[in-house]
Amino acid sequence: MELTGAQILMKALKEEGVDTIFGYPGGAAIDIYDELSRTDIRHILVRHEQGAVHAADSYARAGGKVGVCLVTSGPGATNTVTGIASANMDSIPIVVITGQVPSHLIGNDAFQEVDIVGITRPCTKHNYLVKNIEDLARTVKEAFYIAQTGRPGPVLIDIPKNIQTAKTLYNRQKPVALKSYRPTYDPNMKQLSKVIGLVMASERPVVFAGGGVILSKGSAELTEFAQRAQIPVTCSLMGLGAFPGTDPLWLGMPGMHGTYRANMSIGESDLIIAAGVRFDDRVTGKIETFAPKAKIVHIDIDPSSIHKNVQVAVPVVGDCKKSLGLLNHLLDKKNLKDIPGKRAAWLDQIRQWKETTPLAYHQKDTIKPQHVVKTLYELTKGEAIITTEVGQNQMWAAQYYHFDRPNHFITSGGLGVMGFGLPAAIGAQVACPDKLVIDIAGDGSIQMNIQEMATAVQYNLPVKIVILNNGYLGMVRQWQELFYDKCYSCTDMSHAPDFVKLAEAFGAVGLRATHPDEVIPVLTEGLASPQTVIMEFIVEREEGVYPMVPAGASITEMLLV
Amino acid sequence: MNEEKNVLSILVDNQPGVLSRIVGLFSGRGYNIESLCVAETAEAGISRITMVTKANKPVVEQIKKQLHKLINVMKVNDLTDTKYVQRELALIKVNAKPEHRAEILRIVDIFRCSVVDVGPDHYTLEVTGTEDKLAALCGLLKPIGIKEVVRTGNIAMCREVQ
Repeated sequence: MELTGAQILMKALKEEGVDTIFGYPGGAAIDIYDELSRTDIRHILVRHEQGAVHAADSYARAGGKVGVCLVTSGPGATNTVTGIASANMDSIPIVVITGQVPSHLIGNDAFQEVDIVGITRPCTKHNYLVKNIEDLARTVKEAFYIAQTGRPGPVLIDIPKNIQTAKTLYNRQKPVALKSYRPTYDPNMKQLSKVIGLVMASERPVVFAGGGVILSKGSAELTEFAQRAQIPVTCSLMGLGAFPGTDPLWLGMPGMHGTYRANMSIGESDLIIAAGVRFDDRVTGKIETFAPKAKIVHIDIDPSSIHKNVQVAVPVVGDCKKSLGLLNHLLDKKNLKDIPGKRAAWLDQIRQWKETTPLAYHQKDTIKPQHVVKTLYELTKGEAIITTEVGQNQMWAAQYYHFDRPNHFITSGGLGVMGFGLPAAIGAQVACPDKLVIDIAGDGSIQMNIQEMATAVQYNLPVKIVILNNGYLGMVRQWQELFYDKCYSCTDMSHAPDFVKLAEAFGAVGLRATHPDEVIPVLTEGLASPQTVIMEFIVEREEGVYPMVPAGASITEMLLV
Repeated sequence: MNEEKNVLSILVDNQPGVLSRIVGLFSGRGYNIESLCVAETAEAGISRITMVTKANKPVVEQIKKQLHKLINVMKVNDLTDTKYVQRELALIKVNAKPEHRAEILRIVDIFRCSVVDVGPDHYTLEVTGTEDKLAALCGLLKPIGIKEVVRTGNIAMCREVQ
């Protein structure tokens, strides 16, 4: 039987196991939406297309499935660009489906026409404009395959309106095999043997793990490797949770706002085993003086990540989970008895760094934002899924919430998108309905996608929003304080809505704490609520994130509290 | 580190937008394109792009990896340090006043080019060769007066291993 394009799309999505779509309808997507109403796929109607992409991104991270987003042409499509770029930087598997004006109007500046395939070419893993109805089913199959294999990433499919209504026979698609795309999963064993040789010889090794370990579901292998070889572990922002944040070998996050001991360890290390990281500038600081004494091993599924920012001694192209698993196999053949003795001095040095220079803040009679995050961690026993906005709130969340498991910290790492946290919390809550999901936000960034409160309330998603309100665009203000003679140009945000009333206006619960004594009661009440809750904390206005490595400095040159 | 010319031979799946992906990659990441030639290969649906790019070694490595990462790119061959044949075609329109015509034709003969268009005061020459040959020819014609030059950019093919 012949099916319409919209029907074929639904069938193809079902075959990929899609049960949830985040989206927003419009003229060029109306036929798809019409068909969607006759399926059992759940649609979450966001209030802005950017929110749909962030939600799909977070849904993918929390739920381990490809996130799907459906929007219309023109502005619907352009509104997805920030979310797509963020997913691209963070290697998150999502498929974005955009409606397009009818084929014969493409290029005519038709109403709500935009070349979204052209616009998103540099910020997707791949994208498609479907020109023939016969190609539609195959394209969807390929898109899902590309999105979730190799180094994952966003794939966009642009479907003109006439393709949505055209008819053809639908055939179940064969598995995808592309001549030009064959990611390398299996690492080279010779390279791995070299790695083990270095590990056995090293006196001051450090494991540096990133988002790639989480994406490959390799946390267990990573933890086993580090514990058996007694190697301290640091994780990039995207890697937080890949290694237990409560393990004695845990160093904390490295880089611009990394812990003292993580940055000093990298500075003094003689061997860095990096897995699933890309040596972002926020981690390396001044690249010339990054890990000056270390040989670097770099495991990554994307060959273009290797030697991109730092030159490495042993490159390993392959899947992180597989590679780390094989390293554990190789450890079986080694005598590890001498390892604890060999590492004692190194681990002792790290302990000293931790004792002399821990993460710190001075509690006064105003609420300290770090205290809020720390209390949140204690009250939730570290078990919540935390999403963040971007800026100081994000760094305090990364520093003071200790993640013991992967997929529990969801943040816009590479692109640094303000306004990410609330839609991300929605996506995570949809993926994990039984989990406690909390967005740690600032007063600036929460206002960037605050409209998604309506989405959360509409679908009874009990997400919790913790606003650390300092009345500033805090991170920029901190830079202005430190490096621009306290010229707070355009960062004063003290004119903000009443967040408690705003929560109530959306049909959610609003709570506020202005004094340190109120932190625990407000958090306790808010977290216990079955509703969507905004908890606003009026915090110390000019609190900074420390340690801080000034831009362009070596990561061992930290400004401390 | 020294920037050197590199000749890349890239096989691509001939999908719409593939050239745009490649050119966009170069502009987006700040790489250089010195010349670019695209045409179908003997195999239907597969095109070859011959590209000359100027960059230092680590950057060239990165360029090759980034190209390979594009879904429609099948193969990236760096011919630079291999044995290969390289050709470029140029059309050169030169001033051809009566007193220069004989000289121009002598040069045409030496360089084994041909005259493909003649007018009252110009010759249009067609020449094929390496970049060096084309440069030498242009050097000789310059004093006579070059009106216009159109070049195809390099194409290259690796030599069969004997």
